[in-house]
Amino acid sequence: MTSTDMSVPRPAGFGISQFQPPYAAITLVVFIVGWEVIARLTNLPTYLLPTPTAIVEAFYENWNLYLVNGGVTLIEILSGFFVAILIGIPLATVIAYSRTVDKAIYPLIVGSQTIPKAAIAPLLLAAFGYGLAPKITIVALMSFFPIVINSVVGFKMASPEMLHLASSMGATPLQTFWRFRLPQALPSMFAGMKLASVLSVIGAIVAEFVGAQSGLGYIIMVAGSNFRMDQQFAAIIFLSIMGMIFFWVIGFAERRALPWHASIRSDAD
Amino acid sequence: MLDIPSPSHFITINRVSKSFASRKGAVRALGDIDLNIRSGEFVSIVGPSGCGKSTLMMLVSGLLKASGGDIHVDGKRIDKPSSDIGIVFQRDVLLEWRTALENIMLQAEIRKMDLAAAEKRARHLLDMVGLTGFEDSYPHELSGGMRQRVSICRALLHKPPLLVMDEPFGALDALTRDQLQLDLARIWQENGMTVVFITHSISEAVFLSDRVVVMSPRPGRIEQVLEIDLPRPRRLSIRDNTRFSAYSQEITQIFKKLGVLREGDDA
Repeated sequence: MTSTDMSVPRPAGFGISQFQPPYAAITLVVFIVGWEVIARLTNLPTYLLPTPTAIVEAFYENWNLYLVNGGVTLIEILSGFFVAILIGIPLATVIAYSRTVDKAIYPLIVGSQTIPKAAIAPLLLAAFGYGLAPKITIVALMSFFPIVINSVVGFKMASPEMLHLASSMGATPLQTFWRFRLPQALPSMFAGMKLASVLSVIGAIVAEFVGAQSGLGYIIMVAGSNFRMDQQFAAIIFLSIMGMIFFWVIGFAERRALPWHASIRSDAD
Repeated sequence: MLDIPSPSHFITINRVSKSFASRKGAVRALGDIDLNIRSGEFVSIVGPSGCGKSTLMMLVSGLLKASGGDIHVDGKRIDKPSSDIGIVFQRDVLLEWRTALENIMLQAEIRKMDLAAAEKRARHLLDMVGLTGFEDSYPHELSGGMRQRVSICRALLHKPPLLVMDEPFGALDALTRDQLQLDLARIWQENGMTVVFITHSISEAVFLSDRVVVMSPRPGRIEQVLEIDLPRPRRLSIRDNTRFSAYSQEITQIFKKLGVLREGDDA
């Protein structure tokens, strides 16, 4: 549209076609209102199905409890996640560069993905006690696999031609890594980190279920045994919001780090 | 192949062969190859798929080691990846996270060239291939032909004495291909570098080259070398010239003789 078009009155529908209603938000509101109405009409006891307003009240009554315990869980999530990155990405780099390590370790890593990590939680708690260490270990274990596997896949996306091109420029191995292989691997690495961010939340809660004296998982367990479903729901919702923010932060970092990649994907949509 | 290596030869390929290991033992892909290329010459290597022409290009670039024989470029024996060259592949191999200009400048960054001078040359090269205004476009915003032009600019930034091209226009549509052939011929005439051009298109080889090396398949050998004595600069209309047709016919006949091309009514 050129500037001369601006003087022409726009058709009435123009503004409407540009406006995108927040469909998902509307669905959510309808769901919550429906929940409230059904819970009130059926007059279900709170220990079976609390109303959304009861959940909000439960949160408001003990907001510092959720904040403090949420903080504990968040520390577990972030520590475990960073441990996974710290070990996972260098390991993926070695696997990508060494055929021997690739053959010796990578199949085991892929194969051991089938082990349900939650099942190891009691073992780790027995070994490390009830402190932060076993929780961080479980979170790290959960996050580790998607990070390693996606990073290896990313590194392997460097085509032979790309590496030939690097050699023809006289690139040193370090230059080849920083300018060719790592940027090529980043989109896949971020995909792995997004997956890991979701799993790390699950890891922290499972670890807290098995044995803890604090954290949102602990609150959920205690509230459950007291038949305080309103408190349980409040903790779950608080946890979910934390998980969503974590996921969003990684997505945001991805869009900032790889603007070229984001635009390729939106073209494909 | 009675060429005697002499100082005037920029590339000497002497009894070069290449075998690859396979489950059935060593498989000979190439050889023996003897070929000499003069400085500033435009030589095309044409042959069917599997004739080892890409292997030959990898050997000349030092990206592969020969199983036998030796290759010298500009008096230096090639035994490791050569950095005194520009390479263009069939796939443009542009880095998706860099703009057109940044992709070309990669060459300068890795070679630690003077960046200001290099950027000036990069912009000049983009201008030469008609991409002024696309400096800041990302590869996914460019068409296949434009992408390949950027990769040619990248290969030329450091003024390499040797440009090696492996079926660079093989993935492009016919019109884009014609345009890029014209552009390449012009760039070559202005820069005077030696070009080794791998293709399976007979008319592309004749149109561009001073000499066409015709290869036979499995194991790849040089079947014949044709001098293309056509005036330059060449225009697209030269393809209707009788001498151009005669060269094309001659190469086609070689491929028919080799069984690479078969016409149903062959006696």
